[in-house]
Amino acid sequence: MDVKVKILRYNPEVVDEAEWKTYSVTLQPTDRVLDALHKVKWEQDGTLTFRRSCAHGVCGSDAMRINGRNRLACKTLIKDLNPEKEITVEPIKGLPVLKDLVVDMEPFFDAYRSVMPFLVTSGHEPTRERIQSQADRDRFDDTTKCILCAACTTSCPVFWSDGQYFGPQAIVGAHRFIFDSRDEGTEQRLEILNDKEGVWRCRTTFNCTDACPRGIEVTKAIQEVKRALIFRRV
Amino acid sequence: MQQHQYDVIIVGAGGAGMRAALESSKRTRTAVLTKLYPTRSHTGAAQGGMCAALANVEEDNWEWHTFDTVKGGDFLVDQDAAEVMCREAVDAVLDLEKMGLPFNRTAEGKIDQRFFGGHTRNHGEAVVRRSCFAADRTGHMILQTLYQQCIKQNVEFFNEYYVLDLLMTDGKASGVVAYELATGELHVFSAKSVIFASGGFGKVFRTTSNAHTLTGDGMGIVWRKGLPLEDMEFFQFHPTGLAGLGVLLSEAARGEGGILRNKDNERFMERYAPTVKDLAPRDMVARAMANEVREGRGCGPDGAYVMLDLTHLEPAHIDAKLPDITEFARTYLGVEPYTEQIPVFPTAHYAMGGIPTNIKGEALANNEDVIPGLYAAGEVACVSVHGANRLGTNSLLDINVFGRRAGIAAAEYAATASFEELPANPEAYVVELVEGLRNSTGQERIAAIRADLQATMDLNAQVYRTEGSLKQALVDIAALKERFKNVAVQDKGKRFNTDLLEAVELGFLLDLAEVLVVSALERKESRGGHFREDYDKRDDVNFMRHTMAYREVDADGNETIRLDYKPVVQTRYKPMERKY
Ligand SMILES: Cc1cc2nc3c(=O)[nH]c(=O)nc-3n(C[C@H](O)[C@H](O)[C@H](O)COP(=O)(O)OP(=O)(O)OC[C@H]3O[C@@H](n4cnc5c(N)ncnc54)[C@H](O)[C@@H]3O)c2cc1C
Ligand code: SF4
Ligand code: FES
Repeated sequence: MDVKVKILRYNPEVVDEAEWKTYSVTLQPTDRVLDALHKVKWEQDGTLTFRRSCAHGVCGSDAMRINGRNRLACKTLIKDLNPEKEITVEPIKGLPVLKDLVVDMEPFFDAYRSVMPFLVTSGHEPTRERIQSQADRDRFDDTTKCILCAACTTSCPVFWSDGQYFGPQAIVGAHRFIFDSRDEGTEQRLEILNDKEGVWRCRTTFNCTDACPRGIEVTKAIQEVKRALIFRRV
Repeated sequence: MQQHQYDVIIVGAGGAGMRAALESSKRTRTAVLTKLYPTRSHTGAAQGGMCAALANVEEDNWEWHTFDTVKGGDFLVDQDAAEVMCREAVDAVLDLEKMGLPFNRTAEGKIDQRFFGGHTRNHGEAVVRRSCFAADRTGHMILQTLYQQCIKQNVEFFNEYYVLDLLMTDGKASGVVAYELATGELHVFSAKSVIFASGGFGKVFRTTSNAHTLTGDGMGIVWRKGLPLEDMEFFQFHPTGLAGLGVLLSEAARGEGGILRNKDNERFMERYAPTVKDLAPRDMVARAMANEVREGRGCGPDGAYVMLDLTHLEPAHIDAKLPDITEFARTYLGVEPYTEQIPVFPTAHYAMGGIPTNIKGEALANNEDVIPGLYAAGEVACVSVHGANRLGTNSLLDINVFGRRAGIAAAEYAATASFEELPANPEAYVVELVEGLRNSTGQERIAAIRADLQATMDLNAQVYRTEGSLKQALVDIAALKERFKNVAVQDKGKRFNTDLLEAVELGFLLDLAEVLVVSALERKESRGGHFREDYDKRDDVNFMRHTMAYREVDADGNETIRLDYKPVVQTRYKPMERKY
């Protein structure tokens, strides 16, 4: 079938302002939006620029705003989008656009790196593995699934209006360790998140949870971190 | 152009690159150059597990693991290397656990283990639970955990830098040249040691589990330097790719009890491998599937695939152990694995061959001599621990064991070596490559050439090969190389010019496809992943040896491929028929 794809194009080497361009492409209903972008790039306009790698929703490269909602282009099928109407594709919001659908990911990764997203332990290393019950392992399973795609953070109205806010992903990244029974860095991590730009900025709008392509309950994770801060225990 | 200097440069930030970086950066000044953000690397796509004879759930030991690796690799494995890998496997897994990797646990809270194809107890007696895993996202957890440790250790990354050339001085590695995607600027890095950890080249095939970015750049760069590539004819086709798409469904699906069926609903693997059935090594299962389809027992309107049946498994068990892959089936094929069988067909998965190295990760210039300062680890390398066919879960192991070894060896070498003087105009080759493409006035579309390459490779160099099919592939590749001279790059800009980089990547793919086919043509036998219908038996008399391919350029600039051979290192195990 023929589908119209309207893409927000921007190349500061050539123009000052972003502009919409519409392309007509022939697709199968089971094709992904990523296939549509590839068809434009490979058959019509090689200058169209976007990031992608795995093409099946595991590397986190291609979060973009598709029909006004943050999704992975490689995990969104044409048939699920009402292909009768034009499909709109634009970069995720709140991070500087560098070219077409490519945004500057550095502020996003900086936020992640700032929450100490690594196991903190003290004392002697055991000779074998640390023992952890499957129940304790399950406690933080949800937040281990994160692929750092930024769909959540860039769907958050607080993040859009306040450039300093860590954003939901960083809290997810911290949650993964705060609730890991092997970890001993909780105090420090909670201190970081207690900061004025930390978890308290979240207004629980659930945009992040809706946006997450991995089905992580982002808002719930944030709530759990808030509760941990109030009661100072996990 | 910018200049940099580091003791150790690592090319690639997948599992192998980051494992190397953790060792090297502890010891000396290290930079990691990667064309993708580290967490985008394809290690993150690995699903099923990483094996080690931990013996957490049943009796096991590293010697049995070594035997399985050698037999699985159809005896083309260098046995000294396999021993090292299987012995160090236990620590490799425990190290990851200590770094925080969330493995699934047993009732006692130890690392849980499950079945995986080709892994047996006591030299083939029965299948054994050896694979350590985190649901069906083991690679994701490895990649995330290693990246987290790199953050903790302040490892220096250059993200979205494409390395396009290796610099050599007097036969030693002296640095690399990289292209910065964001700006189009070139960077010359001078280094004492260079480690290639740039992954595989599955994109020479159309149906593949590999990412768009797996274009074999590291192998291509080394190849163009006249350095050898080993065993390139051995490519693994994984049995269970989603039909038509190639997206992988891990062998863990069969490890957890999944069954392959043909259109008569027959469990056909019982005929091909009576003992281990659906858990036979991948090459056997892939050929069995292709054979069912060829002989008219395939499913679907065109009889083009077979079915993976999980419907007899408890939904709760599926959710606990195989959540991601069942979601792939739902998302991309609209199939509900609880109640419906999933259409599957073999997908190009893993390069057994690559840059030859020894067990320290040092790259080889020929059968004996190392190239001082040059290292390789992971899928880009050929140690060779996988021989003619890699066992499932042995690659995540390989990247950790040999990533670590290469990181240590490169740093130790850098401690005593000095910086070599760089060649004059070190960036000249890359300038010519990149500007030649950018300024081209050709009309050939990159995507069309790539699609034609992938089509001929799928048709002529896949699970069944013959002299005729391989010769056809060679003719096609030669024609495509001609067309590539007129390739059009539409984006003339500097900023994020992915059009230009796709052309560069296609150049590597064309080179590597040719090496694969030439090596396959001369291997007149069937072994592991390389199956010749015209020579359908393994021939240990003539072919118990590794292929070493070299690029040679004569005085007129004509390129040819010269093949040489290298003996296989055999220690304990004598070749025997590979029956399962
Ligand atoms: C779908 C799938 C499932 C798998 N499941 C399993 C499993 O369960 N168990 C198992 O053992 N194995 C599995 N494998 C195989 C295994 O995952 C890979 O072989 C392994 O992860 C490769 O790791 P690597 O570090 O060598 O390369 P990769 O992880 O592919 O990383 C390559 C790196 O090189 C960089 N790079 C490439 N070219 C350049 C360049 N020109 N300049 C700079 N940087 C560059 C990239 O940016 C990237 O960081 C699976 C593979 C796939 C595809
Ligand atoms: S929490 Fe979900 S949406 Fe947010 S970065 Fe991680 S995977 Fe993406
Ligand atoms: S391309 Fe990897 S998540 Fe979409």
